[in-house]
Amino acid sequence: MTMLEIKNLHVRVEDQEIIKGLDLTVNPGEVHAVMGPNGSGKSTLAQVLAGKDEYEVTEGEVRYKGEELLELAPEERAREGLFLAFQYPVEIPGVSNVYFLKAALNAIRKHRGQEEMDAMDFLSYVREKMSVVKMDESLLNRPVNEGFSGGEKKRNEIFHLSVLDPTLAVLDETDSGLDIDALKIVADGVNSLRSPDRAFVVITHYQRLLNYIVPDKVHAMIDGRIVESGGKELAHELEEKGYAWLEERVAAGEAASAPSS
Amino acid sequence: MSTVEHLTGEYQKFVQDLSGDWPSALTERRRQAIERFGEIGFPSRRAEQWRFINLNPITETTFRLPESFNGFGAAELEPYVYDGCHQIVLVNGRFVAEHSRLGDLPEGVIVASLATAAAEHAELVERYVGRFAKFDDHPFVALNTAFLRDGAFIYVPKGVVVEEPINLICLGLPEAEPVAFYPRNLIVAEESAQVTVVEQYASLGDGSYMTSPVTEVAAGANAVIDHYKLQRESTEAIHMATFQIHQQRDSNVSSHSISWGGGLVRNDVNAVLDGEGCESTLNGLYMVEGEQQIDNHMRVDHAMPNCDSHELYKGILEGRARAVFNGLIHVHKDAQKTDAKQTNRNLLLSKEALVNSHPQLEIFADDVKCTHGSTTGHLDDVAVFYLRSRGIGEEAARSLLTYAFAADIVERIKVGAVRRELEEFLFRRLPRGEVVRQAV
Repeated sequence: MTMLEIKNLHVRVEDQEIIKGLDLTVNPGEVHAVMGPNGSGKSTLAQVLAGKDEYEVTEGEVRYKGEELLELAPEERAREGLFLAFQYPVEIPGVSNVYFLKAALNAIRKHRGQEEMDAMDFLSYVREKMSVVKMDESLLNRPVNEGFSGGEKKRNEIFHLSVLDPTLAVLDETDSGLDIDALKIVADGVNSLRSPDRAFVVITHYQRLLNYIVPDKVHAMIDGRIVESGGKELAHELEEKGYAWLEERVAAGEAASAPSS
Repeated sequence: MSTVEHLTGEYQKFVQDLSGDWPSALTERRRQAIERFGEIGFPSRRAEQWRFINLNPITETTFRLPESFNGFGAAELEPYVYDGCHQIVLVNGRFVAEHSRLGDLPEGVIVASLATAAAEHAELVERYVGRFAKFDDHPFVALNTAFLRDGAFIYVPKGVVVEEPINLICLGLPEAEPVAFYPRNLIVAEESAQVTVVEQYASLGDGSYMTSPVTEVAAGANAVIDHYKLQRESTEAIHMATFQIHQQRDSNVSSHSISWGGGLVRNDVNAVLDGEGCESTLNGLYMVEGEQQIDNHMRVDHAMPNCDSHELYKGILEGRARAVFNGLIHVHKDAQKTDAKQTNRNLLLSKEALVNSHPQLEIFADDVKCTHGSTTGHLDDVAVFYLRSRGIGEEAARSLLTYAFAADIVERIKVGAVRRELEEFLFRRLPRGEVVRQAV
């Protein structure tokens, strides 16, 4: 079954249309990269998928594992196996990272009819996941993201991802602002979580990440639409040529119907 | 008859009824206080220090003095008892010997009822009681001083450290008619002494009454006093409290005022930093809902150089609750190198809740570091979304973030029993508290 199928999606924020007829199909096991310049609507796409309510979907549909995704509340999407790694993870003082994750995982397990994990089982489970993202144990007991460096916050997002074990993970510019060591750790974490049952949508501004997470498909997003799709070589082409050639093509009015390469 | 006239009449009965051996200075102070109360009466809504708080529940009620009470069982006391603490119990302002537990105290330490101390340690009582809390322009301090009869008396002599916290449990026991009572507490730590005091206010049953306590704190040179107040009376109770701190050089006083009970609550917290090198930490957390009103009035006087004061007051409001924060830092001319910080933050969980927040600085020295700030807002939508995106339901997400807002006050509470009490309260109060309990 298709993991994610977006058809002719139109999204407004307040009075402005941000996404203007977007199509995207993702199958289990695939890694899709969505690239584009600032303001192209990449992050809006990520937030709409996760269910942020100030975005208004005016047209189109999104099916996730065959179900109508847009009907679900954000927490229901999460419990159904959708995960969004935030571009700017939120600091939550006083709420311990590890206990928060336990509450989140148990909410998901309960939804799936599984038994809640007790503290002992959860700790050994979490320790195993921590090694995936080379998380320092001290970050486990600290409040969620509080006082974390930029790199630690992003790594914590991948850590949450690994613990919550989603079927579809959307990474919203998880690579932005990372030094090369942190980037490699994040990429290694994602690579280790790749599996035939799981799909990734990796939203990024920079091609660099894709040297470490090799995508199956690359999409170029301009002005609220995917205007070019291809294999990993498209990322290199975008890196070399920038987006101007695509923006010109959109401006010339041919983008929507242009055949890919 | 007005409430003021009524209370003045009650004073006459009170004085006739007053037994025991009282230092003449206190007798005189009572008389001056009722006289002063008769002059100033209750403030109008226009009085600057009483704006935004509706005192009608007080001025429209005929409060009587409490009857002598007939005792109660240990079970009723149980929720307020903390293991490993010395314990003083007051009911309607009067010391209850059979429920108090004073354990082994270091030599020279006095923990007693004020009435006992007045007879046995008249010189100390005379020296300290009423020395710092001024009644000239404060009706409730005036009433408390006029009706001064009992309370807790805690005295730690020079160089002595009291290891176990002293748990002062002040219970209100409603009667058929509304009663008013005036606990008077004193905490003295002489030079290099140290003591921790927990002061709790709670109700034994529903019914309207007013408790109007005054607690005076005197920290000698290099003394350390940690004070925690837990106010969790019934919403029918009125609570009008003054907490008056006086600090000598190099002393360190911290006060944490936690308040979630009471229908109408006022906390005046005043600190005078009267020697060099003092540190004063005044924190508070109030959580109110329904029709509750709470007014926190702070005044910190930096009278001498090189002192630090930090104030952090946080409020969580729901329903139609109202809160007032009025904080003044007054830096006197000689108080150079003052480092003073005052912050008030409020979280509104409903549309109808209302906060009036007025942080103020008055600075007459020219080499100081003073900051103040006040914020009032709702929960951050992005943070709610973040938690929901991890599978946490909306209600639980909001509760987690509310807990997070309170967390820095919770974490600063060093007495484990008090911290747990507050945590348990938050888990009970917050919707889906079981998720919060699991996640913190």
